[in-house]
Amino acid sequence: MTRQLILLLTAAAFMTACASKPKVVEEVAVAETPKPVFVPEPAPQAPVVQAPIQQQQPVIQAPANNLPTPGSVDDFIYQAGGDARVYFGYDQFNLTPSAMDNLRAQAAWLQQYPSVNAVVEGNADERGTREYNLALAARRAESVKSFLVGQGVASRRLTTVSYGKERPIDARSSEAGWARNRNGHTNVMNGAVG
Amino acid sequence: MKSVLKIIVIMMSVFTASLAMPAHAQLSIDITKGNIDPTPIAIPDFMSTDSRGQQIGRDLAEVVRADLERSGLFRALDPNSFIEKQTNIDYAPTYADWRVIKAEALVSGRIVVESDSRMRVEFRLWDVFGGEQLSGLRLAATPDNWRRMAHKVSDAIYTQLTGETGYFDSRIVFIDESGPKTDRKKRLAIMDQDGANPQFLLTGPSTVITPRFSPNSQKITYMSYENIVPAIYLLEIETGRRELLGSFPGMTFAPRFSPDGNKMILTLAKAGNSDIYSMDLRSRSTTRLTTNPAIDVSASYAPDGKNIVFNSDRGGSPQIYTMNADGRNVKRISFGKGRYNAPVWSPRGDKIAFVKSTGGKFHIGVMNPDGSGERLLTESYLDEGPTWSPNGRVILFSRETRGRGGKNEIWSVDLTGTNLRRVPTPGSASDPAWSPLLP
Repeated sequence: MTRQLILLLTAAAFMTACASKPKVVEEVAVAETPKPVFVPEPAPQAPVVQAPIQQQQPVIQAPANNLPTPGSVDDFIYQAGGDARVYFGYDQFNLTPSAMDNLRAQAAWLQQYPSVNAVVEGNADERGTREYNLALAARRAESVKSFLVGQGVASRRLTTVSYGKERPIDARSSEAGWARNRNGHTNVMNGAVG
Repeated sequence: MKSVLKIIVIMMSVFTASLAMPAHAQLSIDITKGNIDPTPIAIPDFMSTDSRGQQIGRDLAEVVRADLERSGLFRALDPNSFIEKQTNIDYAPTYADWRVIKAEALVSGRIVVESDSRMRVEFRLWDVFGGEQLSGLRLAATPDNWRRMAHKVSDAIYTQLTGETGYFDSRIVFIDESGPKTDRKKRLAIMDQDGANPQFLLTGPSTVITPRFSPNSQKITYMSYENIVPAIYLLEIETGRRELLGSFPGMTFAPRFSPDGNKMILTLAKAGNSDIYSMDLRSRSTTRLTTNPAIDVSASYAPDGKNIVFNSDRGGSPQIYTMNADGRNVKRISFGKGRYNAPVWSPRGDKIAFVKSTGGKFHIGVMNPDGSGERLLTESYLDEGPTWSPNGRVILFSRETRGRGGKNEIWSVDLTGTNLRRVPTPGSASDPAWSPLLP
């Protein structure tokens, strides 16, 4: 109905505009969008989370029994049971009992090395939309941070970042792969030593 | 890279050859129904008196044929089947010759290269069975803009025959993806609507996601991980000038412009809780629109700017809600079985596109703004990120394949659920955002 009306109106417009010579009815200036120019990236605004140099840290000890150097990033992962990630259920952000055990060990280490800061990264599996998963993974990162703070780690030492589904650690599209990708990762980028 | 601002002037002239045919006898295409037979249309190479014009005439006609075919509404007939070879577009064609090959519409075009800096494209659209001219148009631009002129020709034909605004003279911003799934590089890129002229908009290693056009097509907003805490940025395409948008106590994401371009709507995750905010782009003042402890995310304005559609799990699972632009009058509009995400209001205002996941599959769907009339248009392992064509008739989206080698591609589908097609991209690509029609 509307379309017919439009057609009628259009036809009427043509008839009134009809002439033997072409008639200019519209003149529009068009700016072709030019090629973009890349501007060098400015220095990051947010402070990079880094451990300040501390004098009172323990002297670097020779590793015994092939164990990681105490205070190192590897030591943190080792003390956390070999994995500085805790895992979540589908669309969940509550901590499981084993996740809490892992985080207690993480908190103990972080309290032993108070100069070390960490980025707590939230991750989601691929079965969700990008933005919803960013929000979901932000909750997971916050769950981890809250627990660590509850264990006595100073809040300012922990920066949370949500990666949504942008940083999968397992490429499989299976229950096992998705379960690994639903995690909160305590990323200690610089240990107290080497 | 050239960054010279080129000004071209387009003059449109309407000249009709025949008078007074009843409107209802004219060839017209109803695009509101799915599965219609594509209308056979003959588009010979545009003619010209010089060799440069002839080359452009061949290339331009090819782009027009491809545009119209991709719409699913037209079938461009093989030029080898044409009987009549027109030599002057100012005379009516021999309709009988075109009826024989069952062309319902005929496009006769001419290229006139006036100088290195100016070229004219003139064409007439004929109704073969009605035996009359439907429209005539003259465009002018610099010769190197011939692709845009081709898209404008396509838009004029589409508009004349369907009664709808076209969408061919438009661009797509997207994320170029490379590398394995567990170490994926994501870069901001742009291309024409038909996949031509792809180019990167940013260099650098930072992951960039969810780009969106401003209403005047001159700016893009996106989320980037270039700092420790990711945030939303504003990029001017013309100058490459980039700006971090605001300073928030947490991650900002899911940005979209308001229809008037004066505001941004975004999500801020503060202490883990995501809520929706609007930001006045002139004063940079922000207004919090939701205060729910649940996830509120993925907000999109209605084209009149008075309402907002968004995603929330406040009811226990992700669903679609609408609210007034000031955050009042929140209403849930999705009630079907499954999870609903990523709502986007159509530029026509009549539909909301969304992602629905149910039974292990993802769908792109549409519903009316009150939640009625839900229809699913696609199904795959992972379809997401719908974006509307400027006329609200076509939806682009990301489709990711399953498994270790899973990759993203950009696909398009009609509002009717027909005409599913892959959009050509230089490599893997995700997060498409369609520009408005270019000026």
